[in-house]
Amino acid sequence: MLETEFCKVKLGNPTVLASGILGTSAELLIRAAENGAGAVTIKSIGPREREGHNNPTIFEWEHGLINAVGLSSEGYKEMEDVWEALKKCPVPVIASIYGANVQEFIEVAENVAKQKPAIVEANISCPNSEKHGQVFGCNIDASAEVISAVKKAVGEIPLIAKLTPQAPNIAEIAKACEAAGADAICAINTVAGMVINIEARKPVLHFKKGGLSGPAVKPVAVKCIWEIYEAVKIPILGVGGVSSGRDAIELMQAGASAIGIGSGVHFKGIDVFKKVCSEMEEWMNENGFANVKELVGIAHE
Amino acid sequence: MTPKMARIKKIAQETPSIRTFYLDLETDAKPGQFAMAWLPRVDEKPFTLTGTGNETAITVQEKGKFTKKMFELKEGNSIGIRGPFGKGFDFGGAKNACIVAGGCGAAPLLMLAEELKKRDVNLKIVLGARTGNECLFKERLKNTGEIYITTDDGSLGEKGFTTSVLERLLEKEKFDCVFGCGPEPMLVRVFELCEKFGAECQLNLERFMKCATGICGQCAIDEWLVCKDGPVFKSTQIRKMRDFGKFAMLKSAKKVSLQEYAQWRQK
Ligand SMILES: Cc1cc2nc3c(=O)[nH]c(=O)nc-3n(C[C@H](O)[C@H](O)[C@H](O)COP(=O)(O)OP(=O)(O)OC[C@H]3O[C@@H](n4cnc5c(N)ncnc54)[C@H](O)[C@@H]3O)c2cc1C
Ligand SMILES: Cc1cc2nc3c(=O)[nH]c(=O)nc-3n(C[C@H](O)[C@H](O)[C@H](O)COP(=O)(O)O)c2cc1C
Ligand code: FES
Repeated sequence: MLETEFCKVKLGNPTVLASGILGTSAELLIRAAENGAGAVTIKSIGPREREGHNNPTIFEWEHGLINAVGLSSEGYKEMEDVWEALKKCPVPVIASIYGANVQEFIEVAENVAKQKPAIVEANISCPNSEKHGQVFGCNIDASAEVISAVKKAVGEIPLIAKLTPQAPNIAEIAKACEAAGADAICAINTVAGMVINIEARKPVLHFKKGGLSGPAVKPVAVKCIWEIYEAVKIPILGVGGVSSGRDAIELMQAGASAIGIGSGVHFKGIDVFKKVCSEMEEWMNENGFANVKELVGIAHE
Repeated sequence: MTPKMARIKKIAQETPSIRTFYLDLETDAKPGQFAMAWLPRVDEKPFTLTGTGNETAITVQEKGKFTKKMFELKEGNSIGIRGPFGKGFDFGGAKNACIVAGGCGAAPLLMLAEELKKRDVNLKIVLGARTGNECLFKERLKNTGEIYITTDDGSLGEKGFTTSVLERLLEKEKFDCVFGCGPEPMLVRVFELCEKFGAECQLNLERFMKCATGICGQCAIDEWLVCKDGPVFKSTQIRKMRDFGKFAMLKSAKKVSLQEYAQWRQK
């Protein structure tokens, strides 16, 4: 009932471990798969080793999480052991990549493609780093340029463009990425924000600004997915605020074909994937749906 | 949770290099659980909770940048606290137990020892430190059972390692559980000895942390997360660990040898 496909890749169910959550090692990715994830995403891989920001980097606030991890990465060169261990991963592996400029994106994409991940995801949207990402994801031409370059670099491997809700017109960016060769769109990355501790009179994140995720951003994700669904033909990986079956179904009705889960791991535990799947099945049974594919975009009808 | 600013009620000098900061904050911390302590504009780091209820406290050894800043704080100043986090010690059934503490590793074991004492558990404590005056919680631990002290320089108790004493104890006695915390090479030896003598053990492990709630993947030992599945792990889990005593992740998530990890911590 939950079997589906995304970019011609077969998935046992539509839940996907989102990038940056538990994706630091093959062992953790495999553990997420064993806990029901239909596919898993490696934490965004950069051109070279990068520590990221100082702590506090992640914490929970009243309505979700905020993070400024700062794209920490061991760099693509140091990952031989990870790729080797991932051969044992029982579900498709998505490799998320980032770079500070088009050249860096190409360098990472070419090297990551050699490892034959099921899908490559270009993170053109991370708000946590002053130089990286944001400039691409907010600008139509820059998004198109980097996606077209990465698509050339990865060849036959399907490419997802991961977008930021900070873009003034996310549907236009999605259309430009589709025209540039993207095989799918992922929406959304985190929403820029800040939390101040009023007793300390200081922003809590060491980097001060960060990205919101979890329940607070779900309506933002639903709206972005809705607009993208109306603008493009390629499938959408919906991400943002999912921690129950009902959340997942809401994003699917807006137009998502598969569902990324990040903060849900914090709120529900690593078996959030299993929980979301069984809740989806229950809802589908009660409401007369035989396959998840029937849910995609039905709120538009 | 968002860090809560907690006023420092009292500072106790435990040893020349270790202080306990009692906080104006109530928690239901269990032995072995930890909190993230935040110094605005400096950093945020994990520390075992060494007291619970209205005795909630952290015990800090002066080492590097963060802890030097902690040592500048006075009673009445505040620090940010997130927690309690993690799974503490499981000591339900123990009747006859042994505690092995190396250096600052006595921190999570104090509350455990006092809890075991309340339950009339027959307890042996092996407490090791570099030198005599650095033996953390010596007096309080003495009140909970029979104590054996070892020091690197022989200035107090027996000269040598905690694990030599543990070996002798295991040779003549059967423990329901051996509880340990301290430098990882010591814990590797504790585990080997427990396996050899067929004793169950629970070890409190340490890795660099970010989220402390099991989502960032920074504190991984194989597929286990020290912050969420630990920091206390049982023999059944440790037996399956390949990284224990060998590898840890740098802040970039690059996996390196424990030696390289320790050098990075020194920077
Ligand atoms: C779950 C957990 C509980 C902890 N509980 C306590 C506690 O109760 N009390 C306490 O003082 N610390 C505790 N720590 C360690 C603490 O979080 C800091 O890493 C430590 O205080 C050093 O911080 P620093 O910035 O001052 O020193 P750093 O600049 O990080 O290091 C300075 C020196 O200390 C050494 N060092 C640093 N950290 C460690 C370590 N963890 N093990 C061995 N050597 C180390 C370095 O090699 C170097 O020589 C705990 C860690 C974890 C993960
Ligand atoms: C701690 C953390 C780290 C993240 N790191 C990345 C990353 O490296 N690359 C990326 O594309 N997205 C990253 N994200 C964004 C998530 O993949 C996801 O798009 C976002 O959190 C919204 O989904 P959620 O509400 O399910 O968490 C991160 C999110 C969190 C909470
Ligand atoms: S510190 Fe983030 S998973 Fe443990």
